[in-house]
Amino acid sequence: MTPLLEVSDLTVRYGTRIGCADVGFDLAPGEVLGVVGESGSGKTTMLRSVAGFVAPDAGRLHYAGRDLRTMAEPERRRLLRTDWAFVHQHARDGLRMGVSAGGNVGERLMAGGARHYGDIRATAADWLQRVEIDPARIDDRPAQFSGGMQQRLQIARALVTAPRLVLMDEPTGGLDVSVQARLLDLLRGLVREMGLAAIVVTHDIGVVRLLADRLMVMKDGRVVETGLTDQVLDDPQHGYTQLLVSSVLAA
Amino acid sequence: MSAVEVSGLSKAFVLHNQGAARIGVLQDAALTVAPGECVALGGASGSGKSTLLRMLAGNYLATEGSIRVLGTELVGAPPRTIAALRRDRLGHVSQFLRVVPRVPARDVVADPLLALGCAPDEARARAEDLLARLNLPERLWSLSPTTFSGGEQQRVNVARGFVHPYPVLLLDEPTASLDGTNRDVVLSLIEAAKSRGAAVIGIFHDDVARDRVCDRVVDVAEYAPQAAA
Repeated sequence: MTPLLEVSDLTVRYGTRIGCADVGFDLAPGEVLGVVGESGSGKTTMLRSVAGFVAPDAGRLHYAGRDLRTMAEPERRRLLRTDWAFVHQHARDGLRMGVSAGGNVGERLMAGGARHYGDIRATAADWLQRVEIDPARIDDRPAQFSGGMQQRLQIARALVTAPRLVLMDEPTGGLDVSVQARLLDLLRGLVREMGLAAIVVTHDIGVVRLLADRLMVMKDGRVVETGLTDQVLDDPQHGYTQLLVSSVLAA
Repeated sequence: MSAVEVSGLSKAFVLHNQGAARIGVLQDAALTVAPGECVALGGASGSGKSTLLRMLAGNYLATEGSIRVLGTELVGAPPRTIAALRRDRLGHVSQFLRVVPRVPARDVVADPLLALGCAPDEARARAEDLLARLNLPERLWSLSPTTFSGGEQQRVNVARGFVHPYPVLLLDEPTASLDGTNRDVVLSLIEAAKSRGAAVIGIFHDDVARDRVCDRVVDVAEYAPQAAA
């Protein structure tokens, strides 16, 4: 299997402090990589650096065989608009709150080159339905939506261009457990249907157990353990992972 | 050729947060299972049966030794190799049903087929067929198994493990919480799997079930680590 994304020795420094160091992994189409660790473990820095929001200080980042660090800016931006999607922890960061739900989804289609108003609106309505938002609310603004709906709208906006790579930062953070389950089910279905490659950063072990094929555990900016998700969680090798797994409260 | 070959297999857990205590469970275990054969893992509780089964599934890492499943070495294999093996060759019925809440039982069972690229209608039809054989009431098929009783969950788990004809099957007490009728259904599924050539390795606390489907018993207690001389 040819990896879609190849990362090696990725390092980000904030002055003298380490954001993340020597992170490496690769990701093939249809694979979901979970990244867990406590706050400050560097998992979000790593994700933001892969997404191009934070420039790495060292390392190699290749997407579909091309070097992201030397890619021309307009081309990288085009990738971000169409081939990639980023799902933020706070839906507000990924949505335009002053624009209607349909507009939020349609805007990304237009950024990808769509021009026909009727088509755009029909696709937006279709996607609202897929993320279980009543299409009758297509003209409502996200501010009128609940937190769970906003998050699902953000996912519709992210996935409408049929991206190949989705980067998610705590996609179920701050949501009610029942809403989380719904979102997880939705994400799993979409990953399979669309053959997405995804990275899910979270501190929630339950989320990665259900969503991720492989798991990477980070601490103090470094990867301490990787493997199949169920193996890492059921037979953790590193002391930190053992602590993390044994600290989860059973429902 | 054997379907599963285990040799020199050892497992010790190191608990880093409890003074790096090292707990040896298995030492120098060996096991060979041929296609069409069913082998029971025997031994008292705590002797390492589940640990061995989990290592065969790639769920636990081996400390030393070799596990070959249909020619593929599991020990030290990259996660993708094990994931690929699990997709179409290595089936596993565990005692736990871990599913995304809200997903209907029918889809939980169809899931392994969908992952293999089977058309959704066909996958669901095969899932329903199996759930019907296992006497799971039809009104439950569209409900999430998270709310099911132990016996119902177990039948969903068994259906999920038998929905695809895996050439190697690992079964962890597949009949534990079942009544007589459903135990018979599960045992006939195991017999059918054997006759199509599947290698089956299982833990069966139920003697009647074990005597009916297993060709031999391997006593895991024989592989208990010896205290250092």
